[in-house]
Amino acid sequence: MNRLLKQFSSQPILKPLIALLLMVFAMTFLSGNFATSDNFFNVMRQVSVNLCISVGMTLVILTGGIDLSVGSVLALSGAVAAGLMKNGLALEGPDLFVGFTFWGCVLAALLIGALLGAFNGLMITRFKLPPFVATLGMLTIARGLTMLYTNGFPITGLGKSVSFLGTGWFAGVPMPVWIAVLVVVFFAFYMKKTRTGRYIYAIGGNEKASLLSGINVSKVLLLVYTLSGVLSAVAGLLVTARLDSAQPNAGSGYELDAIAAVVIGGTSMSGGKGSIAGTVVGALIIGVLNNGLVLLDVSPFWQQVIKGFVIIGAVVLDKYSSKKSL
Amino acid sequence: MPVENHPNVLLEAVGITKQFPGVLALNRVDFHVYAGAVNAIVGENGAGKSTLMNILSGVYSDYEGSIRLKGNAVTFRNVSEAQQAGVVMIHQELNLIPYMTVAENIFLGREPLDAAGLVDWKRMNREAATLLERLKFEALPSTPVIDLRVGQQQLVEIAKALSRDACVLIMDEPTSSLSEKETHVLFDLIRSLKTDGVGIVYITHKMDELRQLADYVTILRDGQFITESKMNGLSINTIVNSMVGRDTNDFFVKTNHEKGTIRLSVNHLMLEDESHPGKCLLKDIMFEVSASEVLGIYGLMGAGRTELLETLFGVHSKRTHATILINGRNVIIRHPKDAIDCGLALIPEDRKRDGLVLGMSMEQNISLASLWQFLKNGLLNPRKEKTETDAYRDKLSIKSYSCKQLAGQLSGGNQQKVVLSKWLQTHPSILLLDEPTRGIDISAKNDIYKLIDELAGKGMAIVVVSSELPEIMAVSDRILTLCNGSITGAFQRDEFTEEAILKAALPKSSEISCSSVQQKISML
Repeated sequence: MNRLLKQFSSQPILKPLIALLLMVFAMTFLSGNFATSDNFFNVMRQVSVNLCISVGMTLVILTGGIDLSVGSVLALSGAVAAGLMKNGLALEGPDLFVGFTFWGCVLAALLIGALLGAFNGLMITRFKLPPFVATLGMLTIARGLTMLYTNGFPITGLGKSVSFLGTGWFAGVPMPVWIAVLVVVFFAFYMKKTRTGRYIYAIGGNEKASLLSGINVSKVLLLVYTLSGVLSAVAGLLVTARLDSAQPNAGSGYELDAIAAVVIGGTSMSGGKGSIAGTVVGALIIGVLNNGLVLLDVSPFWQQVIKGFVIIGAVVLDKYSSKKSL
Repeated sequence: MPVENHPNVLLEAVGITKQFPGVLALNRVDFHVYAGAVNAIVGENGAGKSTLMNILSGVYSDYEGSIRLKGNAVTFRNVSEAQQAGVVMIHQELNLIPYMTVAENIFLGREPLDAAGLVDWKRMNREAATLLERLKFEALPSTPVIDLRVGQQQLVEIAKALSRDACVLIMDEPTSSLSEKETHVLFDLIRSLKTDGVGIVYITHKMDELRQLADYVTILRDGQFITESKMNGLSINTIVNSMVGRDTNDFFVKTNHEKGTIRLSVNHLMLEDESHPGKCLLKDIMFEVSASEVLGIYGLMGAGRTELLETLFGVHSKRTHATILINGRNVIIRHPKDAIDCGLALIPEDRKRDGLVLGMSMEQNISLASLWQFLKNGLLNPRKEKTETDAYRDKLSIKSYSCKQLAGQLSGGNQQKVVLSKWLQTHPSILLLDEPTRGIDISAKNDIYKLIDELAGKGMAIVVVSSELPEIMAVSDRILTLCNGSITGAFQRDEFTEEAILKAALPKSSEISCSSVQQKISML
């Protein structure tokens, strides 16, 4: 019994989980509106966007990298999907008009995400740019492209199939939550059960040793950044669908919430250590915090201050206690 | 028990014990530093020299035992406390900031200030110049450190130590990267520091340096204090015997295996220098290894040993030109993956840096290079990882409490066995070993020698690179010497003599005299 308890308490996810439960408990106590089913699904719907991005960010951070471009990639892929849905693709030269179905738009958005992510990966593996620099560049590039594509105006009025993705329900659960759950389950499985998942951990733990073990490090990194782009595009679709419009400045600052979720979830910024499960807890903590502070009528300025302290506090706590256990 | 009749014990460490996870690095070691004298510490790799010095200089603060400095009990909680008390260590890897000037480095963190609280550059440079003069060091205080040669950088470290009024100066193999001339300058300096009453601790592997410098010798072996005595009247042989502390009889004895067909044939291998295009780090290397044969490659530091094995393994493929035949077939190796597919395995020199993912469990490390074998329906199969790992734990007697133990928590010898297991799991036909016993204890060493012998017996072709002559002579059927990127000698087992092999491995242009060769041999 004692040993079981010990083993359980050594799980790195335990601390963030306790923090989450404490927060939920406190919010329930402080605000009558928190523990309602309406609010529950509201929180879940908000978390699902961040969760999609955070899962991709977890893979990236596990390799020892970072992806700052997720918010801009989200915006561009969302805008392209909206633009194609509404206006189709008109080619002036051959005077050709291509209309897009809903699924065509989804595919196009994912493709955009994959391309931008692959570009990041290529810069990092082929041109040996630090991930911070490569994705910082992409942050600006993709945002600029979004502005160009939308002329700086939102694209609105996308039709029923799109808004179902954002606001519809299936089997009593909102669609965005279904999608986030699918993403989480798939990648949790992927990281634990596939060779590539193992390689991602190994590269973050020791890149040279991984290379000498015959791992194609560049290929794995390229894949990881591509996946991060694709997952940002998924988030872009969710955001666009929920608002029934693509905003040119959508997703700005989202990279910070994603990094925060990953870090609060116990993933090491230097790579090699962490889990998707931890990131889920981290994203939920941020979601509950965002929601709870609004319900408690805390001023938005204070909200930011508090969120910052929570991020720092989580990491300090983690560092302090893990040092002690060593 | 300090050596009798020396009145000036500056620092006295008694009963120092230091435990690392799984290893007792120091076991009740006594040590003394005498004012105006050099106390040299000698011992094999892993004897505990560096650990002891790290304790004296405040790097490790959790140890048992007591330290007295000038008669007062002290406990240094960190390096700066030790430095304040006058105990300064000069590490093998220099701790200078390359883009800062000599003066800035010397006064780093203690910059002299003027009345307004700003850095007083004039005074700083003036004081630095005085220090440099004392060291007979001809460089301006305003020279950036990056423009200095390594030997000069070492002098900057010493100047830094002196500027703190160091009374105990610890030097960890200071001559390992110095030229002959720079070494002379350093030795003169050490002698003049002695007359100033500074107590010097000198770690070295070079026996001739003991004769030139040391007043006292302290010998450590496997974390144990063996003896401390005056250098005067002590023969190098006595020192070496107490360092090694084992009869040559219980040393590993190789079995003779019938040589098989040629497994690996390397022709005209060249490796270009990354930083100097057009220059070659490896020049026209040719050799063959047969099944059941152990080929030793011996060379000094910087001869290109590690580069040779890494090049064969496809690590530097863009800079490599070579024709390589494996089992008679021409192969092109562009990536370690190709090398593994060809049946090659490389046990790297630095297992922590290149061999292991320290934050992963033992079983995940062992399966890493052969994960395709651990799939069931395309997915990883943890049960197989555990059974294979358990098999290696038994076979190689790896000491760990579970297969899930993190590689970083194992001791050096056990880590090396994990690396070996990882590569044996790829079922190689050609095994490349780079310094396979560096920094591990004697019993683990013998385990590894026996394993090499056993694998050769099973028909594996084995290449062992080592800088330890007795080791390479014990395990090899044949030895090649490598010097400055070229092969300079080849010896069959019945031609092995330490003298001949070392001579072949020494740079030809070097001024090293015959007598220093003799001394090098006697230290080995």
